[in-house]
Amino acid sequence: MTHLGYLIAGWGIVLGAMAIYAFSLARRGRELSARVPSDRQRWMTTPERVDAGGPNR
Amino acid sequence: MATTTAPPEKPVKVVEPGSGTGSRTTRLLGLACLVGVAVLMVFAFALTEADLVQQDVVRMIYIHVPSAIAGYTGFVITAIASVMVLWKKSMWWDIVAVAGAEIGLLFTGLMLATGVIWGRPTWNTWWEWGDVRLMTALMLFLVYVGYLAYRRVVPSADVRARRSAIIALVGVINVPIVNRSVEWWASRTLHQQSSLSDGKLEDLTLFTLAMGFVVFAMVFAWMLIHRFRIGWLELQADTVGLQAAMAERRAQMEADIDDAVAHPGVSEPIEGGSA
Repeated sequence: MTHLGYLIAGWGIVLGAMAIYAFSLARRGRELSARVPSDRQRWMTTPERVDAGGPNR
Repeated sequence: MATTTAPPEKPVKVVEPGSGTGSRTTRLLGLACLVGVAVLMVFAFALTEADLVQQDVVRMIYIHVPSAIAGYTGFVITAIASVMVLWKKSMWWDIVAVAGAEIGLLFTGLMLATGVIWGRPTWNTWWEWGDVRLMTALMLFLVYVGYLAYRRVVPSADVRARRSAIIALVGVINVPIVNRSVEWWASRTLHQQSSLSDGKLEDLTLFTLAMGFVVFAMVFAWMLIHRFRIGWLELQADTVGLQAAMAERRAQMEADIDDAVAHPGVSEPIEGGSA
């Protein structure tokens, strides 16, 4: 295979950056969800728990 | 006499503190993303053929073009959400806007990085300052770096949402310019014209590129959902913190009043006063 170094660099940067960002999102989500009462975690609950209020669309 | 029975209560899912922003849907989507990336790599490296001119480095197309489209999509989502922010004065849409911008910036950065790496063996240069495609793409990237930086320095949520919405609407004008620049200024770019529109791609290459679009779209959706939920939780955490501070202040004031009622003749001495 030609240009193997370029391919490893390109694919490595893309997959690595996506993985790092995904892990950072998961970590930030865990930290924040620990600070917020469960009845306010509207997007992680079933709809019947949604009446906690919040900004309207 | 007819008797009625109450409908069974729906089960309520209890969210454990610190359980994160995941849900069953996003976990399934995440799993699909991992499988999709693995299948894409098999197609990109094992099943498709190398290009006669560019040889194996053409395999960058399967990540470079989907990164570009994902970046554009993020900024278009930000623009639509920004219109809604200005129209509806809604923080919900502001959270969507910032989520789209952050993810759009990530993918635009990846488009630039893979373009630079692809350019070196193809054009014998990492970067060409006079190239319209490269410069407009860099400008697009920098505008949204500015958008996110600006959001960090404005403390008022309303002002921040309104002003950053205007920045986003100005910035999105650059998206069609970046996309069409290779056609509009063909003599001022090293970049090839659109590979999709000229029909030069072979069947399996085209199929693998389409698979790249699908996989990147799934990754984009996963990220957008989680980033939106983080924005939502940040808003809720601020509200909870404010309410706790107000409750603490109220309790302090009530304790002071009770104390004053219980001891009506006692008042705190004034510091430095002669009394």
